[in-house]
Amino acid sequence: MKSFLSVFRSLAMLEKTVEKCCISLNGRSSRLVVQLHCKYGVRKTHNLSFQDCESLQAVFDPALCPHVLRAPARVLGEAVLPFPPALAEVTLGIGHGRRVILRSYQEEEADSTIKAMVTEMSIGEEDFQQLQAQEGVAITFCLKELRGLLSFAESANLSLSIHFDAPGRPAIFAIEDSLLNGHFVLATLSEPYPHSQDLRSPELCRPAPQLQAHSTPLLDDFANDDIDSYMIAMETTVGCEGSRALPSLSLPPGLQPPCSPGPHSEEEEDEDEPSTVPGTPPPKKFRSLFFGSILAPAHSPQGPRPVLAEDSEGEG
Amino acid sequence: MTSAVLKCCPVDVTVNRSLSTGKLHRVELLLQTKLAPGTLDVLLSKSFLCAPAVGVSNMIAKLAKTCTLRISPDKLNFILSDKLASGGVSMWCELEQENFFSEFQMEGISAANNEIYLELTSENLSRALKTAQNARALKIKLTNKHYPCLTVSIELLSVSSSSRIVTHDIPVKVIPRRLWKDLQEPTVPDSDVSIYLPVLKTMKSVVEKMKNISNHLIIEANLNGELNLKIETELVCVTTHFKDLGNPPLASENASQARNPEQMAEVHIDIRKLLQFLAGQQANPTKAVCNIVNNKIVHFDLLHEDVSLQYFIPALS
Repeated sequence: MKSFLSVFRSLAMLEKTVEKCCISLNGRSSRLVVQLHCKYGVRKTHNLSFQDCESLQAVFDPALCPHVLRAPARVLGEAVLPFPPALAEVTLGIGHGRRVILRSYQEEEADSTIKAMVTEMSIGEEDFQQLQAQEGVAITFCLKELRGLLSFAESANLSLSIHFDAPGRPAIFAIEDSLLNGHFVLATLSEPYPHSQDLRSPELCRPAPQLQAHSTPLLDDFANDDIDSYMIAMETTVGCEGSRALPSLSLPPGLQPPCSPGPHSEEEEDEDEPSTVPGTPPPKKFRSLFFGSILAPAHSPQGPRPVLAEDSEGEG
Repeated sequence: MTSAVLKCCPVDVTVNRSLSTGKLHRVELLLQTKLAPGTLDVLLSKSFLCAPAVGVSNMIAKLAKTCTLRISPDKLNFILSDKLASGGVSMWCELEQENFFSEFQMEGISAANNEIYLELTSENLSRALKTAQNARALKIKLTNKHYPCLTVSIELLSVSSSSRIVTHDIPVKVIPRRLWKDLQEPTVPDSDVSIYLPVLKTMKSVVEKMKNISNHLIIEANLNGELNLKIETELVCVTTHFKDLGNPPLASENASQARNPEQMAEVHIDIRKLLQFLAGQQANPTKAVCNIVNNKIVHFDLLHEDVSLQYFIPALS
């Protein structure tokens, strides 16, 4: 992702100079081609090499989780503020009086001469849009991953739903708006005082997109992972509401997603978006990230031109 | 030690913020013990300002990683006492409780030893109080949750009707009475020269640059209001001169007559210790005095609003 993100590094520059962005796959040379069409005819082409890998198919269904919490991301963002930035894990649970409790989680260490500070945040039920869980349920998961998701959801002004089950079962953090929905699946600790071996890592597989039929769950590869390697699968799915067509990231180019009324070019989407979807996340970078260009063959760009002059670091 | 713990809890501090003005309205600090059930001394009411408290805890966190908090009927002290003989610095920070607290009540181990000494990681306290910057109410208790803790409980201002409560459990170590003698107020040495310090920010930027040249700094001053910071290496000597600083009135008549005002008293110190001290000062203090005992020790005596800080840096051996 690092190399992909480096293409979009300087947001301010991008907003001022880039007119459109074309993302395509060059299967022959195994390159993901990102072309920034800028003002004054300047075209910047980035060839990112990639390799095929076995995609993870998370097998999860939020509907199967008995417990749900939903709140604006801002509420949860404020809730994690008192916790030290370096804190790895946090426990989320329902306490007395139907209050939602977040508590810093410390592993029991053999060398317990230096004890860590324990922080607890208690939020009233009223701050939540949905709270479907009994008092006493709790799960422990990686706070660092949650922070990343929260900052995205906060900037997009979205609500976050947390679907969870018993400790050890994966917890699903879901965000949704008219343009996208995302599911972040985090592993949870299976015991209150776990040893690494006890952690049953979830079988994480992406749900099969409508077109493809990947359904090989990965099981034993991850059975021995230690606590630090939480699996996260983020999926953007094709949303059938409205005329927006959101191609799934796992689709190879050329395949038409269902629900799409027709091929969209990147230009059309960029023009339509500001007027038809007022609630979209404003930063263009998100649009670029989630909206690949599905071009009909007639519109597809020519193959990447060789870069004749290296761009200077001014764009950084 | 266990009995000291049991006898020292709980400690209660409550801060009430006026909802209409948002200003901190009232703080009640109750240090109560269940030693004698039902004995609760009601105390004076004044206002406790959160910002200075956060400021003090931030300063302490910069000056000492671990420190001792001493609670006594009149004051709160933050103490750092590294072995001075072996070159460690020493710090004594004091707050008069009546300048800060609305209600202050405590009971130590016994009537004869009416004090509580707790050792804690300073950063924990500053981090816990940081959450209190937008607090509606603040409570501090000494608790025992598997191990002794200073529990800081903060009720946050919230737009919705429900309140949000943050609780920080700061692990503390209760220091047994036999070790208290090492944690007493250091005696202020008879200094050869006493001088007012220049603006600390300026001093800090000078010292920061000097650190790149050498770790060995000479601090010297005289009774003519002159203070010099010197670095000497084989290749270069750098001196920064501060003039017209003024000297506080001398303690005794004899001393003033005996000493030549031009004569410098100097101490060779580890520059990093001076830098750490200066880095901890966020604002310029109300009063800042430097006392030098020739070739022995330099003593900084600062007053920030109602908080006094003394910092001792011994000479390099």
